[in-house]
Amino acid sequence: MDAASAKLIGAGLAAIGMGFAAIGVGNLFGQFLQGALRNPSAADGQFGRLILGFAVTEALGIFALLIAFLLLFT
Amino acid sequence: MPDPIHQFDINRIIPIKIFGWDASFTNSSLFMVVAAVLTVGFIMVSMSGRSLVPNRMQSVSEISYEFIANMMRDAIGDGWQKFFPYVFTLFIFIFVCNMLGMIPGFFTVTSHIAVTAALALLVFTSVIIIGFAHNGLGFLKLFVPEGVPAAILPLVVVIEIISFLSRPLSHSIRLFANMLAGHITLKVFGGFVVMLLSAGGAVSFLAPLPIVAAVALTSLEVLVAFLQAYVFTMLTCMYLSDALHPGH
Repeated sequence: MDAASAKLIGAGLAAIGMGFAAIGVGNLFGQFLQGALRNPSAADGQFGRLILGFAVTEALGIFALLIAFLLLFT
Repeated sequence: MPDPIHQFDINRIIPIKIFGWDASFTNSSLFMVVAAVLTVGFIMVSMSGRSLVPNRMQSVSEISYEFIANMMRDAIGDGWQKFFPYVFTLFIFIFVCNMLGMIPGFFTVTSHIAVTAALALLVFTSVIIIGFAHNGLGFLKLFVPEGVPAAILPLVVVIEIISFLSRPLSHSIRLFANMLAGHITLKVFGGFVVMLLSAGGAVSFLAPLPIVAAVALTSLEVLVAFLQAYVFTMLTCMYLSDALHPGH
């Protein structure tokens, strides 16, 4: 296998990681909604933590995407 | 497809050499200067009235002040006032740089790891200096959590030290990778339009689809631009809180 096709396959493999990040983000918002519907008065106070958790989780998916892009375009 | 990496090229505008070091004024420096001038100019103009009942511009300045002040009060607690200028500058600089990057054709300063790594290392070193200056050797309690059984304590200390040392890495890569990946994605969707149109025939009628996706992605990117600035400053606050109150 030549290096160019190995790079393409590697980029595809790296993109798999984004799916797991998607599970994490979905889990995060699902759990937040579950908690927020049980106690709506406490929900607004936790918005900052929700966003922080979202950004930290989403960043891991972005790392995988970054590797895929680096393999594709450099 | 046009090369999506091309938008991150750094061009020298005014070449400067100091003792063999390349310290040229580049397009990256230009946009940093633009961000700084915009911020300082806006805050000076908006606060020049100093009226008790703020007008619209003054409200924007006051809301951003309140936003950061509330965040620091929650995350740091006692003694947050000393660090307010630093954290506020960090947030506004990153936010304005991210937002300037969203304007088509403009350069995104924060999409280069050199910039974000410098910002993250600044936070990292100042946390170490502030920690030791504030607590003396008591700062080392940060690595020894309380209530851990003695048998696994050595392992926990090693893990804590590794996680402390990897902070600047994740801190800088998070911001850089988000901006880089977002801008590449926008460019790739733009490239799809050209590819579909040049394919000709019935396929070119599909060309509006990537445009719709690109518009949706742009709005997502504006959200991400704000969020990443927020997260960067939020993490800075948490690290500063570690420096001020270790071992809690």
